Amino acid sequence: MNIYADNAATTAMSAAAIDAMNLYLRDEFGNPSSLYSAGQRAREALDSARERIAACINADPRCIIFTSGGSESDNQAIISAAELGKRAGKTHIITSPIEHHAVLHTLKKLQKQGFDVTYLPVGTDGIVSAASVAAAIRPDTCLVTVMFANNEIGTVQPVAEIGAVCAERKVLFHTDAVQAVGHLPVDVTAQKISMLSASAHKFHGPKGVGFLYAARGIKLTPLIEGGAQERGLRAGTENVAGICAMAAALEESAASLEENSRKLACLRRKLIKGLSSIPHSALNGDAEKRLPSNVNFCFEGIEGESLLLLLDDKGISASSGSACTSGSLDPSHVLLAIGRPHAVAHGSLRISLGEDATEEQVEYIISSVTEVVAYLRGFSPVWRDLCAGKSEFIL
Amino acid sequence: MALYSEKVMDHFRNPRNVGVIEDADGVGEVGNAKCGDIMKMYLKIQDGIITDAKFETFGCGSAIASSSMATELIKGKPVSQALELTNKAVVEALDGLPAHKIHCSVLAEEAIKNALDDYYSRHPESKN
Repeated sequence: MNIYADNAATTAMSAAAIDAMNLYLRDEFGNPSSLYSAGQRAREALDSARERIAACINADPRCIIFTSGGSESDNQAIISAAELGKRAGKTHIITSPIEHHAVLHTLKKLQKQGFDVTYLPVGTDGIVSAASVAAAIRPDTCLVTVMFANNEIGTVQPVAEIGAVCAERKVLFHTDAVQAVGHLPVDVTAQKISMLSASAHKFHGPKGVGFLYAARGIKLTPLIEGGAQERGLRAGTENVAGICAMAAALEESAASLEENSRKLACLRRKLIKGLSSIPHSALNGDAEKRLPSNVNFCFEGIEGESLLLLLDDKGISASSGSACTSGSLDPSHVLLAIGRPHAVAHGSLRISLGEDATEEQVEYIISSVTEVVAYLRGFSPVWRDLCAGKSEFIL
Repeated sequence: MALYSEKVMDHFRNPRNVGVIEDADGVGEVGNAKCGDIMKMYLKIQDGIITDAKFETFGCGSAIASSSMATELIKGKPVSQALELTNKAVVEALDGLPAHKIHCSVLAEEAIKNALDDYYSRHPESKN
């Protein structure tokens, strides 16, 4: 059985997205900045894509700028807010320790330039509280940036509450919604979001394209200088095919969002229940306040990469927060932030289901993971010591 | 290119010499759970020859493959030869490891040296 269970990493493109892309690659290849009709048709396609994308998040189309994806959007949102803050003498930024590196590394850079960054506490449930945001806001706070849903453990943050706090205190609120757009109800107006980042390939669009929403009145700082595309906020000839495909993918995801969420949440519960019966395992993050597709577990006594490789042999594509898979010496910063010790964080597994997942697949995942974990524990010196009582079980 | 060579995947999927030697003459353990790799090597030594070697490993694919290969390389060999085993030899026998995985082969070398140190401390007479 082949199961792609890494939809948090990327998703397969939808047929509608591929069709939209093909049209603008093959036939309508005009440059939207050209004044002849082929160019103007491309311009119209861009405008239409902007309107349709804006409608999916209840935004004014003029507030959407197209970018190369989530990382660029995060960078631009944060750098813009920092720039505005600096001019007003405000150099304090509030964030969470479980943000994506596109946010965390941008903030690290700003810290070197003199910005003061507060990392809010996050509980073992992987959720930041709006009250902690309210308590951290200072007169010199220029930005609160908290993700909509976490990319590793899937926990959904109280975005509307944080938005309300920020609106009341007149502080800009940016949310990295890369995992949320197309999967959770996003309404920038109701949720009082000042800036939002999204990436097409997380909702069945193509890679290398995304968008940034910035509420009216927020002056963005361009990261790329050049032509006057995107009202001078993002130079470079627009990725017309990618943008049109993104709009097609998002419309489709938004239309089936409720139905898919209900279905996936059922499968998620089944998966959590099944994996919980593996001894000395634990779910990471709140069981219900999480993306419908996301399941993330730690298994004591084993290491994540070997688990992934053996699952791959069984046809299951999944992901882990172990150091070996992160390419650094430390395991996932998210797992560490929610209080998992290093030894346990190395043995993590993230499964992110696709909308086409079935009960049968979930059962296969449960039996495969159970088998592989038991096999790896069978020759793990860590497991042996735990079982012999030489060290204490954490989970 | 795949992350690992076929040799690495073979030793990862079908690790040789997995297990414990209850009456081992030398036991070595290196690494720590914090870093995500622990290797434990058990050696049986008779008349200066490593008659059996087994391992237990908590770690990634290349850590498991390195342990497996290292035990294969020293089994049946004189202790003097096992002492000269380098991580480079393990890497070569595995048809290479990705740069950020070389430390796995170093751990395998260290685990064997550690087990041999243990053997010598139990059998100081055999040092000559």
